[in-house]
Amino acid sequence: MINKTAHELHDLLIEKKISSAELTEKVFAHIESVEPQIKAYITLTKEEALNQARIADEQIQTKKNITPLTGIPIAIKDNMCTKGILTTCASRILANYVSPYDATIVTKLKETGAVIIGKTNLDEFAMGSSTENSGMHITKNPRDLECVPGGSSGGSAAAVAANEAILATGSDTGGSIRQPASFCGIVGLKPTYGRISRYGLVAFASSLDQIGPLAKDVTDAAMLLQVMAGYDPKDSTSVDMPVPNYRESLTTNIKGLKIGVIKELMEEGISEDVKFAIKSAIKKYEELGAVLSEVSLPSFEYAVSTYYLIAPAEASSNLARFDGVKYGHRSQEAKDLITMYYNTRREGFGPEVKRRIILGTYALSAGYYDAYYLKALKVRTLIKQDFERAFEQCDVLISPTSPTVAFKIGEKANDPLSMYLSDIATIPVNLAGIPAISIPCGNANNLPIGLQIMGKAFDEETILKAAYAYEQNTTWHKKQ
Amino acid sequence: MDINIDHIAHLARLGLSEEEKMTFSKQLDNILQYAKNLNKLDTKDIPPTSHAIPISNVMREDVVKKYKDIDVILKNGPEIEENMFRVPKIME
Repeated sequence: MINKTAHELHDLLIEKKISSAELTEKVFAHIESVEPQIKAYITLTKEEALNQARIADEQIQTKKNITPLTGIPIAIKDNMCTKGILTTCASRILANYVSPYDATIVTKLKETGAVIIGKTNLDEFAMGSSTENSGMHITKNPRDLECVPGGSSGGSAAAVAANEAILATGSDTGGSIRQPASFCGIVGLKPTYGRISRYGLVAFASSLDQIGPLAKDVTDAAMLLQVMAGYDPKDSTSVDMPVPNYRESLTTNIKGLKIGVIKELMEEGISEDVKFAIKSAIKKYEELGAVLSEVSLPSFEYAVSTYYLIAPAEASSNLARFDGVKYGHRSQEAKDLITMYYNTRREGFGPEVKRRIILGTYALSAGYYDAYYLKALKVRTLIKQDFERAFEQCDVLISPTSPTVAFKIGEKANDPLSMYLSDIATIPVNLAGIPAISIPCGNANNLPIGLQIMGKAFDEETILKAAYAYEQNTTWHKKQ
Repeated sequence: MDINIDHIAHLARLGLSEEEKMTFSKQLDNILQYAKNLNKLDTKDIPPTSHAIPISNVMREDVVKKYKDIDVILKNGPEIEENMFRVPKIME
């Protein structure tokens, strides 16, 4: 039962072949058996979940307020605020933090009758690509326990891949939904900047962060996007535009769809196995009647540098709020205010967060601002223009999601630059603010490979359609 | 490179151990060396992009709203005294 998708389970719930209480119990029983190995969660909320499941069952019985997510167990990334439940961001500095309010997406999920089963592990404050930077514990890749699940939404991706949740939420600043989806063999979508409210998402890099769904297939991803999308007056960056019906855009007819293959992401630096899988996907799209062409986005060469100046700069500013005054950890070694700040932040933050605060503070500091931060903002314009040019000829662009399959735990832990370089295919998308999805498209050494499909701003429909057409004509999404 | 790590750590109010200072200096040096590739691009006439979509300030009426759950907020405070956050002394 628990290996089914949300839309399959929805049908079973409506037909009363199963109950949400039964489904939720099964998910928790499975969590108990596999969680000691996988460690996808930071907090589990069984009691609240079973209560919510019973309410969902009543709604189904009385046919009141039934939505596609009524009674469906879902996991929330632990950088999204949940009223009355710990929100730690996998950081020691927030280890005991209980939010006084719900994030807008949490409110929306509660309103749809979804069953929140817990909060998932992440790289501390979402800074990382492997979930090894969690201040709590390391999460394992369900497909190979010696490998990382990717990051930063590694707990969410692992939970869905291991059937410890039917759906999960993630956040994506430089690839943090798409890359773990790719590494764990599931579907992950980063919507357009502004499409989903970030109210209650603990900020990392405010010009890049976006919330999105992790799911077992494209239909589920579309359903979860539907619930979360839309304008929110509480988030000044959310955009007041109508939300289309995403599920209606899921057709397998993609005849004439113009697909651009990004040249720079099929060259050196991308492993042969990954290239092979993407080339096979290209062939599949040709068979389906799409029109493929190669496009060049020369500024991609500069994307990693640009991102690793902008994101840490914004992070160094956002994380200034963790000062030990109003919430979170406070150092006991504090004779005056300034030592309290120093020691609180030294004790509370892990190495990657400290590294980025230092890098970002440096890039913004007097004498270096123009050379690093301003320069990066200008190159960001070039990257955005490259995409705009490509979208004049193409409806969507494709590339690998990651240059390699999941790497071994510890393999890149001591080399931050090599970890950063592995984000090459996902980072440009955040810099340009456009939407992109990762779907399974192959295997190498029994580890999944992800295909990334990128679209125009606010055109999630076309990337969903391209993803759905591929999925319905292949079996990769069923290989769990 | 010439990263004055003590100065930067002070700006960020971030305490670092001697070992961290050494490791971070080396790693940041590597990252900044790599980032120098940006200098290959002439960006003199390129405007900066701080947000991917056009964003303007959102205004609202300045109205006071009563907030009920003050206790829930105070509960997160490390040291509370009479509905206030207590901090160590701020001046001699």
